Order: sequence, then structure tokens, then C-alpha cells
Amino acid sequence: MIGVELRKLLRRPRTWIVIALIDALPTLVAVLLAITDLAPRPGTGPAFLSAVLTNGVLFPAAALAIVLPLFLPVSVAVVAGDSVAGEAQAGTLRYLIARPAGRTRLLVAKLVAVLVFVALAVVVVTVTAYFVGTSLFGSEPLGGSVLSVSGTPLTPREAVLRTLLAMGYVAFSMLGVAAVALFLSTVTDSPLAAAMGALAFLVASSLLLTLDASGALQPYLPTRYWLAFVDLFRQPIRWRDIVRGIGLQSVYVAVLLAAAWANFTTKDIKS
Amino acid sequence: MTAVIRTRGLTKRFGSLTAVDSVDLDVGADEVYGFLGPNGSGKTTTLRMLLGLVLPTSGTVEVLGARIPRQARQVLHRVGALVEAPAAYGHLPGRANLALLDAAGPGGPRRTRGARIDEALEQVGLAGVGRRPVKAYSLGMRQRLGIAAALLRRPELLILDEPTNGLDPQGIHEIRDLLLGLNASGTTVFLSSHLLAEVELLCRRVGVVDGGRLVLQDSLESLRAPTGRVVLRTPDPEWAVSLLDGQLSGRSGDRLVVRSDDPAALNARLVGHGIRISELTAERRTLEEVVLAATSAGSDRVDGAAPREVGGEFPGTGSPRPPSIEEGR
Repeated sequence: MIGVELRKLLRRPRTWIVIALIDALPTLVAVLLAITDLAPRPGTGPAFLSAVLTNGVLFPAAALAIVLPLFLPVSVAVVAGDSVAGEAQAGTLRYLIARPAGRTRLLVAKLVAVLVFVALAVVVVTVTAYFVGTSLFGSEPLGGSVLSVSGTPLTPREAVLRTLLAMGYVAFSMLGVAAVALFLSTVTDSPLAAAMGALAFLVASSLLLTLDASGALQPYLPTRYWLAFVDLFRQPIRWRDIVRGIGLQSVYVAVLLAAAWANFTTKDIKS
Repeated sequence: MTAVIRTRGLTKRFGSLTAVDSVDLDVGADEVYGFLGPNGSGKTTTLRMLLGLVLPTSGTVEVLGARIPRQARQVLHRVGALVEAPAAYGHLPGRANLALLDAAGPGGPRRTRGARIDEALEQVGLAGVGRRPVKAYSLGMRQRLGIAAALLRRPELLILDEPTNGLDPQGIHEIRDLLLGLNASGTTVFLSSHLLAEVELLCRRVGVVDGGRLVLQDSLESLRAPTGRVVLRTPDPEWAVSLLDGQLSGRSGDRLVVRSDDPAALNARLVGHGIRISELTAERRTLEEVVLAATSAGSDRVDGAAPREVGGEFPGTGSPRPPSIEEGR
């Protein structure tokens, strides 16, 4: 069943178009930076961008910071929101259930397919950014080391390792979005409604984060610790927010997946 | 008779609406069973409960001896189904669609998959369809693909909802022959349809639902028992009328309707008096008469205070209508 869902995901042109679009933005940013040589001043603009002009090795991290706030969550919401509701809308859901695929199995397979999509998107973005960054900005800075966000040097080996950790953290942060969209996807028969619902959830969360009055809520908002992956590039790594981010996402994922399962296994398939 | 489908007290409520109301279905092995009823009478909901799609409010469903939905995984791979319209992934070719569906559940070994897909496409007349994506298929081709999907694992039971929808007369004939052939080789067919002529040609037993209740379940043979009247045509109607005085119950031109339990004796008597007979049959109720007598108007008919003409198949008069289960989406 998981194989079936992966084949559906990978054979679908939309998957690759979405990934290509996500990938296009950081690439465009890199090209513009390289042409104009105008990096944002340190402390402004997306994270890491001020540093990449001197060293392309940090560009993968910068690319993740560029796609993380909007592009990645939108695409994850679309794919996860489509997973069950899309089958319902196309009418194929009733044939899968009557096949019988098993409702729990189907849901797990859909979840795995969404995870693979997230991983694929993150890997494609990072790998492209690495090649784009190192070819446009060079990879050998003076002194042979990369400057961390804290200003102390990182060895290239450390930089690569931390980029891998950052990829993992970003992918994990997207699971919360995926879980919201997947849950909504089992509720409605409209993939659009499921994706939009998940996005509304994120927009609300981002908005509340900017509001002083919602201070009491902020530690529990799903997007609160997303950018904590920047802390991976400090020397030494500041784990506090990263650990909290993982804990918070885990709670969201567990609760929403349980709700999705409870809803989907007891639902009348009328589509 | 071993029961292939057996429901007891099957009931489904959606809120305050009782869509299916204590239905006791019995479908035996090797039968071709016609499941009839007006729109919104609960046909599709019942069918969906047989396949574990809709979960009953109360009552039991057994398919091939297993409880649905609890034991669905044990038996449903031996059931082929077409529920309402066929559905497929438009960007993939028909073969890829069949392969994905086959791989999505138990009982479809990969080793035989290619051969089974070839056979099913052959059976429904799509063998030469090639690599075209399904979105380029015509309505009839999609219908055929849907039937092929139902046939993929050589099922013991076929549950088909309007299987000839979208097919031309030639296609309808092909599918009817296919279903009768499959039935002759031991497949039970459970067919839901509006097309009474089709049901009459295919089915040996019918069940009729109306307002969620099973109002009739009997063999077609006994439902269509002779009415005790004989319809005949004769070039000499005046003679016949004078001879049959008292037995005659209707006449239009040279066509006479005569009360008689014995068509052979009636024929002999008329011919004995020198009356020529060009046609003579015992009158039977048509399935349409049986169904119309047993059911009320479908839920898609919405009469206002002053009755007016409403096309039976085309709702959309803009007036409020009762919630219909048939159009559950």
C-alpha cells in the first residue's frame, strides 16, 4: 500500500512541478545576489543571506530559511490536503476502501507519502542550493573555515553536518502542517478546503506570534520554533529552542494524526 | 442455496433521515439479482454498506459469509464492485490505474497481475487501448475501465451500480453478454439499475426498495406471473367479440384482451369457430408495472402546492428538496 501511494506521488507531474517551484526561489535569490553583490546587512533580511556572499557553503541553510516561512508549508499543505480529499473528489476513494485497502493502512500510506514529499522537497532545495551557492559564491573562504552565526569559525565538516541537522529539523517542522492538512483532508471531500484550512491555521499562528497581547499563547503556536534551526549554526549549538520545537511539533502531530485516524476509520464514505 | 449476501435488520440513519430501514436482503450463489428502486430510496446507501463504505447504524451485513465491515479485509478482495460512476486517475493510462488498484489491497498477486489486467481489458473490449491517459477516454471507455477494475481478480461476487451507464446499445449488449457469461461460470451478480428492461433481460430475482424499506424480494418469474388475461390479435375482431361476450375485458381495433386462464383452450375454441388468430399471448405484468405498483415517486420529484410537470431525471427546479442519499456528495 505504501508502495502504491509512493508510485502515485512520484508519477504525478504536480509533485515535480511544485518541487521545482520551491527550488526556483532560492536559486533566483542566489543569482540576484551574485549579479548585484548586494547582500542584506547582517541582522536584516532572511537568515544567513548576509554571510553567503563570502561563502557559498552557508547558502543551503539560507535557502531553507527562504522557503521555510511560506513556500514549503504551502506545498506541504497542498499535498497533504489532497491526500484523502483528492481521492474522495476524484471518486477513487470508494474503490480503494472497497478494494479493500484498509482505512488505517491507507491513512498510514498517505502519511508516508507526504513525509517522502517533504523529505524530497527539503533535499532538492538543499542540494540545489549547495551547488548554486558554491559555484556562484565560492566555497573556500579566507582561513578555510565558515563563520558561524555567532561569529566563531566552523570547519567545513561541521558546516555540512549542521546543514544535515537543519534539513532534518525543517522537515520535522513541516510534519505539523502535514498533520493539520491530513486531518482536514479526512474531514472534507474538497482538497482545496483542506489545504486552505491548514494554511489558515499557519497564518493565524504567524500572526499571533507578532502580537504582544498573545504572549501567553506563543510557546504553543505551531510556527513558534520553526526558525530555531538557525541556532544549529551557532557556536556552540543552542539546543533549547530546537528541543522545544521538536517537542511541540510532536504533540501537534500526535494529536492531529490521532484525530485523523479516529475520523477516517469511522467515517461514511459517501463520495 | 448458500447466501452470498445476507443482511438482517440493516438500518442506516443520517441525522433524522432514515436512508435504509431494516432491510433483509438474501442473495444466493450463482444468482443474478436485480436491485431496484426510485432515486433516493436507499439503493446506493445499501450497496455502500455491502462494501464497507458506509457503516450501518444497526443490523448486520454478511458478504461471502464474512461480517462487513469488521471482516471486510478477509472477503472484499473476492468481490468486484462498480459504485455509481467509475473513477480513475486521469493522468495515468488505464493499465496503470488497474495495476495501482490491484496493488492497493490483498488477493491480487503481483505475479499474475499483468495477465489479469490483460484479460480484464480484453473482456470489456479495451484490449487495444494503449498508453492513452484516462482523461482522454470517452464516457463509455471509462465505464468499461470501471467494469474491468471490478473483474480484475475474477471475483466470486460482482456488485454493480448502473453498469451500462454511458454505453451505446451495442456496448450494453456486450456487457450483458459478458455478465451472463460470467454468471454461467459461477459468478454471482448483484445489479442495481434503473433500466428495468435491462434487469428483465439479466436478472432472475429482484429486490425492490422504496423509502429505505425492502418492499419486494422475489423471483422475476413469480412477479411476472400471468394475470389471468390473454391478449390476442385477429383479422376478424367482430366475430371474436360476439363469441367471447362476457369474457372480453378490453378492445382496441383488432387487439382484444380476454379473461381466460387457459390460452391454449381459448385459442382452440376461437379457431374451432373459424376465427383467424394472428397473435395470442398470456398477459404478464411487466417488471415496470410491478415496480411502479410497489414504489412511490423518487425523491428527485418535488411537487409544489399546485402539481406541475417535473422531469423525472432532471431535478433543479430551484425548489427546496428533501436530502437525497443517492446524491450524497
